[in-house]
Amino acid sequence: MDEVKVIEIKKSIFADNEIDADNLRKELKEKGVYLLNLMSSPGSGKTTTLIQTINRLKDKIRVAVMEADIDSDVDAIKIKEATGIESIQLHTGGMCHLDAEMTRQGLDNLTLQNTDLAILENVGNLVCPAEFDTGSCRNAMILSVPEGHDKPLKYPLMFSICDVVVINKIDVMPYFDFDLEKCTEYIHLRNPKAKVIPICAKTGEGVDVFAQWLLDEVKAWKE
Amino acid sequence: MHELGIVFYIIRDVKQVAEENHAKHISKVVMNIGEVSTVVPYLLTDCWDWAVKKEEMLTGCKMEIETIPGVTYCEDCHQEYGTVEHGKTCPHCGSANTYLLRGNEVEIKAIEVTDE
Repeated sequence: MDEVKVIEIKKSIFADNEIDADNLRKELKEKGVYLLNLMSSPGSGKTTTLIQTINRLKDKIRVAVMEADIDSDVDAIKIKEATGIESIQLHTGGMCHLDAEMTRQGLDNLTLQNTDLAILENVGNLVCPAEFDTGSCRNAMILSVPEGHDKPLKYPLMFSICDVVVINKIDVMPYFDFDLEKCTEYIHLRNPKAKVIPICAKTGEGVDVFAQWLLDEVKAWKE
Repeated sequence: MHELGIVFYIIRDVKQVAEENHAKHISKVVMNIGEVSTVVPYLLTDCWDWAVKKEEMLTGCKMEIETIPGVTYCEDCHQEYGTVEHGKTCPHCGSANTYLLRGNEVEIKAIEVTDE
């Protein structure tokens, strides 16, 4: 008869990832590369917002993008064609999020010595990416008007970890009974420090504000 | 649906602990899962049962889940309350100045191993 032995562990399964993420952040700081983790629901306009933002930044700083999706490379191609910057596609192989190790593997495929700002477009999902620290300097998310102003109440963790919430598609606000003031209130209920930036990626309205925030962040990171 | 990803983390961690303890096989894994951790226990065990079939060290290994209730503390009236029922707003005084005390755990509590 085999002897059964009990081993106490008492360890969070996120502990290793958090160590990996902190190490990655340290390395990025040494290299002077700023990493933004951008999250959202599918269809919120992440790729369009990125194209608009990158076109405002690319003459001032060197930008590269990592597109994470379960499959296909349509987003990476779209970004490269519309902006001319370095853009690679990461496949998560069915996983609903990226962790620090997967992010590091992605960064290894970028020419980091030529990069000031690396943007990670995480898998479109408001639940899982919030659980896993990618090693990014800041977390940002895009909430689009058709999703409704009560999203912060439904996905509290996502909103509580984001430094910036970009509200996209504000041009269609009247058609969706979207209350921007209420939405901001709900976001601040979860995260009083979150910066809220309303934009319309299609017309470009408000994108300057987001681009300027990124520019200031990258500058501060490199000091 | 991040349960599968979490299962892969657990497998990596328990295999490492078992190897450090020179154990040959893991027969049971006990998890502490917080009520507001966003991990769904039955999905976690479903993914677990599927994934352990591919791991020699873990064949037939059962997962046991102990649930940790969500408890929030109010900084204004200094009382605790159940997070699942009341969320971020304190039911005693109506304040939103509250924080989660426990219930967010996704933790490996213990494993049962055999030497052969």
